[in-house]
Amino acid sequence: MPIQVRGEVLDVRRAGSYYVLSITASGIPESFRPGHFVTIGIGGEESGLILQRAFAIHQVQSRGVYGGTLDVVVGVHGKGSRWLSERRRHDTLEIVGPLGKPFILPKEGVPCVLVGGGYGSAPLFMLAEQLRERGCRVDVVLGASTEEKLYGVLDIKRVSSMLTITTEDGSSGTKGRVTDVLPGIMERSNSVVVYACGPMGMLEAVAAIASEYRAYSQCSVEEAMACGIGICMTCVLPVIGEDGLTRMVRSCVEGPIFRGDLVRWAEIGTIPADALGAPALDAS
Amino acid sequence: MSRAMFGRAARSAVMSQGVDMSATLGSLAMPSPVLTASGCAASGRELDQFFDITKIGAIVTKSVMLRARSGRPTPRMCETPSGMLNSIGLQGPGIEDFIEEDLAWLTSRGARTVVSIAGESVEEYGKLAQKLRPAAGVGAIEVNISCPNVDARNQVFACDPELAANVIQTVRRQSESQTPIFAKLSPDVTDITEIARSVIRAGVDGLTVINTTLGMVIDVETMRPALAGVTGGLSGPAIRPIALRCVWQIRQAFPDIPILGVGGIRTGLDALQFILAGANAVSVGTMTFNDPSAPFRVQNELALALADRGFESVSQAISYGHRGADVFELEAEGETEPE
Repeated sequence: MPIQVRGEVLDVRRAGSYYVLSITASGIPESFRPGHFVTIGIGGEESGLILQRAFAIHQVQSRGVYGGTLDVVVGVHGKGSRWLSERRRHDTLEIVGPLGKPFILPKEGVPCVLVGGGYGSAPLFMLAEQLRERGCRVDVVLGASTEEKLYGVLDIKRVSSMLTITTEDGSSGTKGRVTDVLPGIMERSNSVVVYACGPMGMLEAVAAIASEYRAYSQCSVEEAMACGIGICMTCVLPVIGEDGLTRMVRSCVEGPIFRGDLVRWAEIGTIPADALGAPALDAS
Repeated sequence: MSRAMFGRAARSAVMSQGVDMSATLGSLAMPSPVLTASGCAASGRELDQFFDITKIGAIVTKSVMLRARSGRPTPRMCETPSGMLNSIGLQGPGIEDFIEEDLAWLTSRGARTVVSIAGESVEEYGKLAQKLRPAAGVGAIEVNISCPNVDARNQVFACDPELAANVIQTVRRQSESQTPIFAKLSPDVTDITEIARSVIRAGVDGLTVINTTLGMVIDVETMRPALAGVTGGLSGPAIRPIALRCVWQIRQAFPDIPILGVGGIRTGLDALQFILAGANAVSVGTMTFNDPSAPFRVQNELALALADRGFESVSQAISYGHRGADVFELEAEGETEPE
């Protein structure tokens, strides 16, 4: 169950284009599972930026001098993320979490591939650790437009069986995209599960490749959210349910992790005509 | 909370900070004047993880329509200075699933519930009220009339005194006589008291003041509207002064009509402003997205703010901002006891 805590910033460090914030958040690490996210309030009690920002939980430590702490990776896109990147040690932050449904882990030690686009790699680190603990082979692919937009290359190397890097400009690793190298890795590793986090376009392509290789895919989506807890209905996307019916589901509470073959990627941003409650059905 | 609190039963004092926080909206008696706002609390379940939803005034549920509805395409939301725009398009289950699942859960949980309904024709509002009639746990009905009327060139009910009155008359006729009917008014009108007058004549028991006000944002990167629905409802602290002005104007015009004040309430002092302006109770809406326990926090802050000012009860503070010059003079002489 999610909780609301006032955390204290322990550390803010640069990592390529990104900032990593370590924050005390007593109670959240204890119930954390890889794939969970938190929302963080921006600007304090009087702030004109009233919406909390959502971040995948990158690392947690449930014990230690500060009690439970967690790390998030912040990419500066606008006023809110800039404000967060400017926090300093001892600043306080309002945090809600852990939120969302986590990644589903295989019961047995099967081969898996983890794909991260940009700082979408953030939730994959602890996932990789837990998969390794279960005896899974863990191949990791990290991709970005350029080297400084890759996140955590050295750290994730430690927990991966094999790491492949791609950059669109060729500044690091293979020149190209993660989806250029993924089929080869699938073939070599015989992976049965693909875990992915990154931009929607990448997730769509990764899910298609996973299906081609008859692998199960777990994609962590990034939709604009106002609340993160399931009450605002802004972060919806069309997902096929167990009954075969498409619904506009909330990515904050029913996701952010979805089975890649059940998300109607091409129709995100629309209401598919056969979705439950779609205007087209209303008229019939 | 006893079941009797659902009825028009005599108010019993519910003390916080030495202030009697009990409040009423028509015949709905509540232990607190702080409610959630429609569309900002779903049906209470999610918020119950963060605070005990039976401890606030009531849960105002997301507007429900006759049939399940997918809502509008994304992006549905855009942050604005001290506020946000939304164009959700009333996504939700139909009334039957709502009654069976959401309302049943709220009732078993012991929460007081104000059910918000929305229709696209006068007839649809009537059917919604009919469906709710036999349902248990309907503390009050809030009629969301900020919807386009498909039978009348998509004219918004809330912006036309006659259309608004037709809806209210129909809902009133189809509902149990003891169920309070509230009309949620739109600020997007020239004279909000004119709409208020019309729905009061149509038999409404109270007014929810206000709904969101229409706005838009253009994304300067794509150079297109930021919302898929082009325009959206503006909410949050940005609209608080507008909401407060509307409550004040309606209270001036109608000294006795119950008012549920809503619009950008973030703190107990914001809630106090609405009560001083004439609201009998308040809803905390958009700020719940910022702080999931905001309704509960605002309630505690309000109790403290009332105590600090010497009020013994919420009801003493209602409309206190409208008091005459004579009362003002008394206070200026150091009188601390409110009228």
